[in-house]
Amino acid sequence: MTAAPPLIAFAHVGKSFDGGRVKAVDDVSLDVAEGEFLAIVGGSGSGKTTLLRLANRLIETDSGHITIDGEDVRAADPVSLRRRIGYVFQSGGLFPHFDVAGNIGITPKLLGTPQQEIAARVDELLDLVRLDRAQYRDRLPHELSGGQRQRVGVARALAARPKIVLMDEPFGALDPLTRDALGDDYRALHKQLGLTTVMITHDMTEAILHADRIAVMHSGKLLAQGTPAELSNSGDAYVGELLRTPRRQAERLKVLLPRDGAA
Amino acid sequence: MNFFTDSRWSEALAHLPDYLGNHVRVSVTALALGLAISLPLAIAARNRPIPRSLLLGLASIIQTVPGLALLALFYPLLLALASLSLAWFGFGFSAFGFLPAVLALALYSMLPVLRNTITGLNGVEPAIVEAAQGVGMTPRQSLLSVELPLALPVMMAGIRTAAVWVIGTATLSTPIGQTSLGNYIFAGLQTQNWVFVLFGCLAAAVLALGVDQLLALIEIGIRQRRRWRVAFGGVGLAALAVATLVPSLARSPSSYIVGAKTFAEQYVLAALIAQRLQAAGLSASTREGLGSNVIFDALVSGDIDVYVDYSGTLWANQFHHSDIKPRAELLAELKAILAQQKVTLLGELGFENAYALVMPRKRAEALGIRTVADLVSRAGTMSIAADYEFFSRPEWAGLQKAYGLAFRAQRQMQPDFMYAAVASGEVDVIAGYTSDGLIAKYDLVVLEDTKHAIPPYDAILLLAPKRAGDQALRAAVTPLLGHIDIAEMREANLRAAGGDSASSPSAVARWLWDKIGKK
Repeated sequence: MTAAPPLIAFAHVGKSFDGGRVKAVDDVSLDVAEGEFLAIVGGSGSGKTTLLRLANRLIETDSGHITIDGEDVRAADPVSLRRRIGYVFQSGGLFPHFDVAGNIGITPKLLGTPQQEIAARVDELLDLVRLDRAQYRDRLPHELSGGQRQRVGVARALAARPKIVLMDEPFGALDPLTRDALGDDYRALHKQLGLTTVMITHDMTEAILHADRIAVMHSGKLLAQGTPAELSNSGDAYVGELLRTPRRQAERLKVLLPRDGAA
Repeated sequence: MNFFTDSRWSEALAHLPDYLGNHVRVSVTALALGLAISLPLAIAARNRPIPRSLLLGLASIIQTVPGLALLALFYPLLLALASLSLAWFGFGFSAFGFLPAVLALALYSMLPVLRNTITGLNGVEPAIVEAAQGVGMTPRQSLLSVELPLALPVMMAGIRTAAVWVIGTATLSTPIGQTSLGNYIFAGLQTQNWVFVLFGCLAAAVLALGVDQLLALIEIGIRQRRRWRVAFGGVGLAALAVATLVPSLARSPSSYIVGAKTFAEQYVLAALIAQRLQAAGLSASTREGLGSNVIFDALVSGDIDVYVDYSGTLWANQFHHSDIKPRAELLAELKAILAQQKVTLLGELGFENAYALVMPRKRAEALGIRTVADLVSRAGTMSIAADYEFFSRPEWAGLQKAYGLAFRAQRQMQPDFMYAAVASGEVDVIAGYTSDGLIAKYDLVVLEDTKHAIPPYDAILLLAPKRAGDQALRAAVTPLLGHIDIAEMREANLRAAGGDSASSPSAVARWLWDKIGKK
């Protein structure tokens, strides 16, 4: 942990649905440092997606405070807040009636960036997410593969040069190869651009491979947070269970796929 | 004569630019107004369950009102509004024709547009709407650049339905004074001109299908994101609008408008008056098929300039008198009442078109029935048929009261069919019109009203207030006064019901003028 103030800070945040019957997020306190890659891991219904949406005010908190760069998000205008934060949606969330360039350039367009500048930025971003400019620029989302769609989703999130990128299970629906390639590519971008990333995933392996730190959520509560090594020392049974799977898989793979054979 | 070479086809074709242009104008305006009302309402109500169901419920109720009644209801409503506006703000507006037709049709178009807009907007994937929010769109930006474009195919399907309904229902705007393709149908039904009826139905169907197909092109274009399809459909619609509107806009507005109610005699007399005006070098056109509740008000407000009404009709229906006076006295009093409304009763044409109880001559003779009084003892076993309004008119109440008449059954019929119905024995008695040519054709007999329960029905020529001092108009129509007797009118009416090309109202009017012009 650094001594610098956190870029994103959740302090005793709570959110319930259905008139208080369902506590989706229950008294969560969590700091994300500038430049950090944080993964939030949990099963369905753990409240991880809700926590992410609270950060850019897609939904509003019931209790507690969220600050970004020291500013309480509730004091900010939600629309300009969202334009400052990149957001990658589950399975892309691309607008089906906009072509690739239109999807990527949407936030700069909303911010009033000149047309020519947007076009140049779109090409730059296509290079960045490794999609051929000429080939993909004018395609519609339904003409793309799942992986390509998600690359466009990442490019869209980065278009307005945000410091922060929030990702909601960005690679969940992809095949393992694509998923791995995209994860590595994004990790590189995160470093290259000096981003602060919060990624939601239900896959502990993915979290371990890409994130600096991992937060584990269950039933709306934050169970544990720390580096993978710190998490291994956690006494919590659920956290232990989550870590056991990748470990067991790694051991099995070591046996089934000896290194020399794979080379 | 061959059906396809019938000269009435070319006569129908000659009316097409006028009728079609007016039809398109009223339909397009109504649809545009309907969309302008429905779209914001649907957008505002889509996420509010209570306003949404109220709105859809209201639109459904409007839809269940028959088109003809909805159109007819708007006329008195607007008339009242116009007189209020005149009293309060110092200006009135015409409650006749275009305005009530547009308002009623716009209401009629609302249901499919509302329903499909709400369905379309609510059908947009929530994930997409959330993404719009997430990339930093305001609710308005999200609606305009994401939700509406994605809902558009479903909305277009609703607009298509609305367009077809409006174009079809616009044919019913003829009785409230809006020229439309319905003019063919109403005139054709009244004068048994099946060529006109067929032509009107075909023209309306072709127009509706054409517009539907062009809108379908746009809808599919939007669905498949093919710009050229959308453009092609749009250009097609624009071309259709221009092609149909320009000829009717280019026509010079005629200075005199002759009104006619919805039956053959009125069509013939209106044609006759228009011909006399044209012969005097005045430009004139006819506005036919007007409902009898509409036509007098249209004259008072100056929407039409001249028409023929019947003394008893005005006396009982328009001015709600239940007492019955001798003929001359009634006319004099009517003239005074009309003068108060600044309407000129120029004079009588010379014949009466009264309601009368009519039955087959042979049957009447066999039963020894000559007068209405003779009928009373047998009425309990007999059925009577009449037009749509007779049984709610004061004449019927008067007849029942004066004679103590009570029939076994009452039926309402299209006037053209009731003579055939009584001749064939399907009904025993009808309330016919004394000037109807079919009385002679079917060998029917008029039962004498010895107690004078039915008021006199002299055909009278009325002038609009603004034409009261118009000497050219008076000079042109005065030769008609007192010169049309009942036998001539009956023959003219019979000719008009002939069902061939010599039976068009204008042809019969020329024949009638040949007979009376020499007098």
